[in-house]
Amino acid sequence: MQQIINFVIRNKTFLLFLLLFSIALALTIQSHSYHRSKFINSANGLTGGVYGAVNSVDKYFDLEQENKILSEENKRLREQLFNSETTADSIVIDTSYSSGRYRVLVADVYKNSYSLTNNYLTINKGKKDSVKQDFGVITSKGIVGIIDNTSKNYATVLSILNKRSRINAKLKSSNHIGSLIWNGNSPEFAQLIDVSKFAPVKVGDTIVTGGQSAIFPKGIGIGKIESFETDISGDTYTIQVKLFNDMTNIGTIYILENLDKEEIKTLESSSDE
Amino acid sequence: MNNVVASNSIRFVVLLLVQVVLCNNVNFMGYINPYIYIIFIFLFPIRETRMVLLITSFLLGMLVDMFSDSGGIHAAAAVFLAYSRPVLLKSSFGMLYEHQTIKFSNTDLGSLITYVSFGTLIHHFVLFSLEVFNISSILLILKKTLFSSIFTIILSVLIVILFSRNKK
Repeated sequence: MQQIINFVIRNKTFLLFLLLFSIALALTIQSHSYHRSKFINSANGLTGGVYGAVNSVDKYFDLEQENKILSEENKRLREQLFNSETTADSIVIDTSYSSGRYRVLVADVYKNSYSLTNNYLTINKGKKDSVKQDFGVITSKGIVGIIDNTSKNYATVLSILNKRSRINAKLKSSNHIGSLIWNGNSPEFAQLIDVSKFAPVKVGDTIVTGGQSAIFPKGIGIGKIESFETDISGDTYTIQVKLFNDMTNIGTIYILENLDKEEIKTLESSSDE
Repeated sequence: MNNVVASNSIRFVVLLLVQVVLCNNVNFMGYINPYIYIIFIFLFPIRETRMVLLITSFLLGMLVDMFSDSGGIHAAAAVFLAYSRPVLLKSSFGMLYEHQTIKFSNTDLGSLITYVSFGTLIHHFVLFSLEVFNISSILLILKKTLFSSIFTIILSVLIVILFSRNKK
């Protein structure tokens, strides 16, 4: 016993190092598994407060850009509105927000990263605004990511520029689906994998969300096909997608809540049994 | 004594804020960021016990992790650097360290650069290995380590010279 205590005292620095290093390693490994509630994240009062203070100054520099984005979006929405009036005899269903199944919230981005291999955004809406895990996050141009952790006033968003991110997507011209992932290289491009070899893939075609998960509605823009190749087995395409969103410059985002999610979940879990 | 505690606490907070507010958003060439918060570990008083250094480094790394949503990679790298600091000090300052008489404000520039460079390389290598977390991407790890290290070393040496030399 004496010897054990002596050993601990003699090597106390090394043991402390081992302890702290393994805690840090455990946190790192934990952060690599999808949607494990994390202990260390930027959705808390301290980090939110600091980022909020910086953002309150920072956002003035982007005002012009923000205005431009807003007026472009207004233009597009107006076009949709007027065009749907002229064809009043046929009912046009706006597939992007069909029949009020989605509740939309607006939030400011407090922190955005895109140079790491696992990127997150921090936004200024949280549990207080009933934002929960697995809500979709988009901008007027296309998708951004999925809500990951929430605190009272803030939430973190798992960016599509994250190796853990996997989003159901499809070709706009047909119904062939695939998974949108990120290889960690360029913030301009994401990769669409597992697309069937029968799909009519053409450079320049649009990729949109697939609507197979309850997170995003069908038909939200993701990007354009930049290039594609068949993978090693020859059965599927791997497509380079140039994102519509400039992920390095995101100021305001929309959070989408699927109001039917519970119903879909119950249905899916009951059919599993 | 109180003076040392106060100045180190201020350094802790200032470096943390500069790191998360400014340096994490540099993104030079798309992905190169300096990680200057490790200056805190470099300049930590030598007379203090290593336990204190390990714990404060861990806290600093953890806070940087919290701000950048990176799990525990900064904490791990900072603790690793803190643990290997005596070896670095001995190899770059030699006899001065044996006698516990290093003053970072008036050591010669060559030793300081060696000390900061090796420390930065060790820290960044651990950091990016954990960030990429894939041994088959070793080239990416080395590339990130090299470029970020150059950035960090230049900034760190400049900051150390600017802020400690005139306080003589």
